[in-house]
Amino acid sequence: MQDAIKPRDANEVAEAIASAAANAKRLELVGRGTKRELGRSTQTDTTLDLSGLSGITLYEPEELVLSARAATPISEIEKALEASKQELAFEPMDYGPLLGKAPGEGTIGGAIAAGLSGPRRIKAGAARDFMLGVSAVSGHGEVFKAGGRVVKNVTGYDLPRLLAGSWGTLAAMTDITLKVLPRAEDCATVLVLGLTDARASEVMSVAMGSSCEVSAAAHLPQLCAGKIQELKLLGKAVTALRLEGISQSVAYRKMKLEELLRSFGELGALDASASRAFWKNIRDVMPFSGGNARPVWKISTTPSLAPEIAAGIGAATDAKYYYDWAGGLLWLEMPEDKPQEGAVRTALAGRGHATLIRASASARASAEVFEPLDPVRAALSQRLKASFDPKGVLNPGRIYPEG
Amino acid sequence: MVAMPAPDKAVLDRREKIVAALREIVPGEGVIANDIAMRPYESDGLTAYRQLPMVVVLPETTAQVSKILSYCYENGIKVVPRGAGTSLSGGALPLADGVLLGLGKFNKVLEIDYANRAVVAQPGVTNLGITKAVEGKGFYYAPDPSSQIACTIGGNVAENSGGVHCLKYGLTTNNVLGVEMVLITGEIVRFGGKHLDAEGYDFLSIIIGSEGLLGVVTEVTVRILKKPETARALLVGFPTSEAAGDCVARIIGAGIIPGGMEMMDKPAIHASEAFVKAGYPLDVEALLIVELDGPEAEVDHLIERVSGIAKDCGSSTLRISNNEEERLKFWAGRKAAFPAVGRISPDYYCMDGTIPRAKLPLVLSKMREFSEKYGLLVANVFHAGDGNLHPLILYDANKEGELQRAEDFGNDILRLCVEVGGVLTGEHGVGVEKRDLMPAMFNKIDLDQQLRVKCAFDDKGLLNPGKVFPELHRCAEMGRMHVHGGKTAFPDLPRF
Repeated sequence: MQDAIKPRDANEVAEAIASAAANAKRLELVGRGTKRELGRSTQTDTTLDLSGLSGITLYEPEELVLSARAATPISEIEKALEASKQELAFEPMDYGPLLGKAPGEGTIGGAIAAGLSGPRRIKAGAARDFMLGVSAVSGHGEVFKAGGRVVKNVTGYDLPRLLAGSWGTLAAMTDITLKVLPRAEDCATVLVLGLTDARASEVMSVAMGSSCEVSAAAHLPQLCAGKIQELKLLGKAVTALRLEGISQSVAYRKMKLEELLRSFGELGALDASASRAFWKNIRDVMPFSGGNARPVWKISTTPSLAPEIAAGIGAATDAKYYYDWAGGLLWLEMPEDKPQEGAVRTALAGRGHATLIRASASARASAEVFEPLDPVRAALSQRLKASFDPKGVLNPGRIYPEG
Repeated sequence: MVAMPAPDKAVLDRREKIVAALREIVPGEGVIANDIAMRPYESDGLTAYRQLPMVVVLPETTAQVSKILSYCYENGIKVVPRGAGTSLSGGALPLADGVLLGLGKFNKVLEIDYANRAVVAQPGVTNLGITKAVEGKGFYYAPDPSSQIACTIGGNVAENSGGVHCLKYGLTTNNVLGVEMVLITGEIVRFGGKHLDAEGYDFLSIIIGSEGLLGVVTEVTVRILKKPETARALLVGFPTSEAAGDCVARIIGAGIIPGGMEMMDKPAIHASEAFVKAGYPLDVEALLIVELDGPEAEVDHLIERVSGIAKDCGSSTLRISNNEEERLKFWAGRKAAFPAVGRISPDYYCMDGTIPRAKLPLVLSKMREFSEKYGLLVANVFHAGDGNLHPLILYDANKEGELQRAEDFGNDILRLCVEVGGVLTGEHGVGVEKRDLMPAMFNKIDLDQQLRVKCAFDDKGLLNPGKVFPELHRCAEMGRMHVHGGKTAFPDLPRF
């Protein structure tokens, strides 16, 4: 274990970072450590343990706004929201099960820093779409704030959004203000059974292009469908489409969607409670969470290209895979403890991006975890990093090699 | 009035050479250098500010934009990008020693991809032009700023434009998937595409709403949505603005997110009614338009629930649209509110603060005090769902001192917005107009961090200088570290 500093408030975070910068020390930023094995392997001198920055500081349901210290557990936030029938609409996924840890341990800061968005991403938006304001400490050791607590705000650069998905490499967030939304009263899932990937892609496109307001669309080839509790007995590939809203609306749209999709194949359905369990399983990548540590890739691409890309990687590696985000998100598990980065990136051919989410330390050391950038963007990324953290104090090398 | 940076005499002395160099890049009529022909470019939607540029250039290709910017970068020449010039904050106000780079010729929709629900367009395509291109198949582009007939998608990207439907459907930033952009160095770079989320840092987050200070966007990919099956609206009058505000809070508290929720105060109601005769009640203090969209079964149910909430909140009049014609009539008055106010006053100054909704009664009552203090009338239209307030200050520019009084009045309102927990601008941008108010919301450290981001893109400070940031800094100064108050846990450590 390396040395750890555990600040109690934002000022202490600023002191720790200013001191590290002055001493050319590199810090690993950690909340509750649930995603420590994700990202490039880094060399740091000291752990900056932010878990002391916890607690909801403001929640006004009628204003749709919630503020919390960065290391507040998501479970605590979700509990508070539930009491007012609200939720984090971006449906942050929980990497716990996939990475061999307990579920429900992650913090809001971790979810934002990693840009975690679940199946509802395609309708409600990404984690960053819910970032209204932030207070953070840059690598300069300065506490700065950006954004605000209101939804409509174009005052200055949208740094709160930028910090989402920046993996703690730009600033240590200390306080986060989020937009929250009402929870749907009811939900249901329409299933289409036995489709090929290409046909499923078409079905998802038709559903998303309809006025049925589909809030999630996934396709599981038979192999993966068999690993999901709610689909096990079907024994077929399953294409799933979620509808959420008030009961009258869900019932009406379900009828409409079934009409629209009848000609594509045999239909099935999941009721509200089965739907909730099923989409949580999709969100948390349960088909690949069986306790093994085989490499798992996450690919974001143009939805209609996904079947071809998946087939290409499958042919080269024998990987198992399933689709979320109407095809725009591909989850792949490799058959052995080799990430086979070459095969993945060759098939993707720059048409989106691939991230190595789970892999052993040695595998991560031998592969680029994030999609490599072209020279112009790489240089701009380095300048952006330096604008926040000129001494390279914060999570150096977590996304890209140090320049 | 806000002062612009002093023109660089050395650049102005080289004007002929610069114009000739630009003509090498963009042949024919694409370079405009005479004063009369440049006149249409001297101002944008913030007409109180006018300045002729040094030269106007209207490129047609990304390669030309790249060459222009690279030339300007090498020669230390400032550049002001411009779309349709509808900015209400002076974002496209020219500089006397700057090149005005107009993107008006980039006016083509390049690709419509229904399978992936995306449209790729050049930045000069109008906001409404995108919807027009796809409405035949029942799709639309969601953000709908009221200038949507004229404003361009490139300008929307620069300003992160909103509209009346953004509570439910988001702002520009929530609906753009990717851009092609030219950096000030002339380098061409792409961020995003038809896939979701970024590889590495999410540059789109800061490019959208960057007001032309980070680069010049030459292509935009947006997501399109299927039109809702139906939409109906309620028109509800209240005896007090408190009751109307309470109604808004209770609708949202009940878990209902309307497609649009707009409020008008008495002066705005009267001006609109006199102009378009939408049938608005004149004996109310506040009027609420609530629009619900989606499947018919859902809309009918929610109309009932919202009606019940409105009655509980003490509404004095309540009408529900029964057909499309009635719904549009409800909106007609609201949509015409700005020109309606323009009819009753020689000039008006449109403000754009956002506040936490619960503070509305307080802000309105303070605004009445300011109105007396400055001796100017104010009418309010309000995107009630998301707290975005548009006070319209009535003045006459031909009367000595009135413009200054209107600006001071406006500044008081914006400072008040920040005091109650809101922000300076909800959708119009900082531009020139609110530049010097930035310190009301951000301290030096906050602003320095934003300036450092600017420097990562534009190390010579050539892109749209004089906008957004109250002070110009050399980027070299921005990299330094500061120590505050001398209070640190390790006082003996060397600092610099």
